Amino acid sequence: MTPRLQTRNLCHSFGGLAVTQNVTLSLPQGARTALIGPNGAGKTTLVNLLSGAIRPKSGDIQLDGRSIVQLPQYARVRSGIVRTFQISRLFKDLTVADNVKVAVLQRLRASMQWWPSPARSARVHDEVHETLGMLGLNPFADRVVGRLALGEQRLAEIALALAMKPEVLLLDEPGAGVPQGEGGRIMSAIESLPKDLSVLLIEHDMDLVFRFASHIIVLVAGAVMVEGSPQEVAANEQVKQIYFGRDGHHAQHPH
Amino acid sequence: MSAVIPPMAMAAASRTHPWKHLRAEIVLTLAGLLAFVLFPQDLGLLTNMATVSIFALSLSLVLGQAGIATLGQAALYGTGAYVAGWTALYLTADPVVGLLLGGLGGGLIALLSGAVMLRSTNLTLVMLTIAVAQLLLELANWARWLTGGDDGLAGFEVAPLFGIWEFNFMGHTGYFYALGALVLVYFLVRNLVESPFGLTARAIRQDPGRVQALGGRVYLHLLAVYTIGGVVAGLAGALTAQTSKVANLFMLDFTTSAGVVVMIVLGGTRRLSGAVLGTVAYMTIHHIASTLNPYHWLFVIGSMLIFVLIVLPEGLVGLLDRAAAYARRLGGKEGTR
Repeated sequence: MTPRLQTRNLCHSFGGLAVTQNVTLSLPQGARTALIGPNGAGKTTLVNLLSGAIRPKSGDIQLDGRSIVQLPQYARVRSGIVRTFQISRLFKDLTVADNVKVAVLQRLRASMQWWPSPARSARVHDEVHETLGMLGLNPFADRVVGRLALGEQRLAEIALALAMKPEVLLLDEPGAGVPQGEGGRIMSAIESLPKDLSVLLIEHDMDLVFRFASHIIVLVAGAVMVEGSPQEVAANEQVKQIYFGRDGHHAQHPH
Repeated sequence: MSAVIPPMAMAAASRTHPWKHLRAEIVLTLAGLLAFVLFPQDLGLLTNMATVSIFALSLSLVLGQAGIATLGQAALYGTGAYVAGWTALYLTADPVVGLLLGGLGGGLIALLSGAVMLRSTNLTLVMLTIAVAQLLLELANWARWLTGGDDGLAGFEVAPLFGIWEFNFMGHTGYFYALGALVLVYFLVRNLVESPFGLTARAIRQDPGRVQALGGRVYLHLLAVYTIGGVVAGLAGALTAQTSKVANLFMLDFTTSAGVVVMIVLGGTRRLSGAVLGTVAYMTIHHIASTLNPYHWLFVIGSMLIFVLIVLPEGLVGLLDRAAAYARRLGGKEGTR
């Protein structure tokens, strides 16, 4: 079976600095893959490459066997690849419901509609609240996003992506900046994502990674160093050395 | 005047009480009629306030909602004025035709210049908008045979409105024509702002990159907003030309662009009502202060602008909001937010 999303020999550099080197990976349908690696390993760059925010210098990206590397960002989103951001990028002056509505309108190609239509608004309204319900955000629907606690902002960030009904979801550190103790809600939100959705999770929190992932890719200096099941990766000597520290303890935030 | 922001509550209200949905337009109409009764000797000024309010609405849409940084809105306003003048001189004296063609003219200039400018942002964009407006100003100055150069375009006749009401020296027709246009434009722009199109524009103002990551085509959206803003500014210019019977270079001038920015900042950029409020406040101060001292009236405007920017970041509409909230508290009703 062809994987949902696949890259072949993906390369990118900023000036002379190679930030992505020959990355070949694949996400099957329903994938629960985690991408880990030290800071500066090029994880976010990879998300930018996959989502189309930047174009790779060479290599190919395929969705369902079809090359999408030439497609601009909006076309990739429309074909089902949606990302979230490491630092929440929400529309701070809008309510939570309106934030999600912006996404729903994009998915329904209704963002250019310039006259109120009761039928459409009812449909959009239902979809917005359905999405908020998936993340337990309904009580916050009419709150202005900028005034929410960080944990809820992170959930709203995921809500925007889910409102796009993606086929491939790229989660860039969904737990980043969330105070200890609030991470559980993010975790359960991620665990309850639709089963057939292919997810690539970037995360520093190893507890989250090992609970979530069935496949782990370790990225070091822009290249895939090791990949495999959580057990294989945890047992790998190189990974222990570079990533977990010499003793092999799970580090919460390795820097 | 109504807020533009909570669309869901308003949509719910509109089914049971349609007048609540039209609150802003009703208040605007009543205020216009009241002004007509109270200040009959200042009808010329009131007419100008109405036409410039439409101009301010165009900027409120472009800058306040979509966040397009422009200091060249006069290019679109002036274009509307000249087109209305040319229509009256060479095509037809019918005011409505001149008005619509003026709007089209403003929209066309916005579409063409926006297509070039709107890939830029921030300071670059501001500079480009200034440059386009200066270019048009120089062009108008050079093409004396068409625009009348420094003397402006004058001596055109405007036929009676709908073939009934004459534009006479009393100015009654001109005033109600301008007021009617203002209420209609306000209604149309408000619906636009509350629509999916308007919500997306506000989202783009706050984070264009995020809208792009949701599959949005930011450039096209901004171009559409700018073009509609151009149509509205063109309508305003055409109305000004028709009611004052002159189109001149000042309407394309940088100070006109800057003045309208000051107006919407005074009133509040995030709300359409702020545009009208700011225009009325600015022009009232101009009228009073320039009678007292024709050279230093800008001092008053400047001080007021500083005051508003520091004390009332939401503009004068923020003052109305606070007054309303205070009144609610006094009334004992629980207003949570």
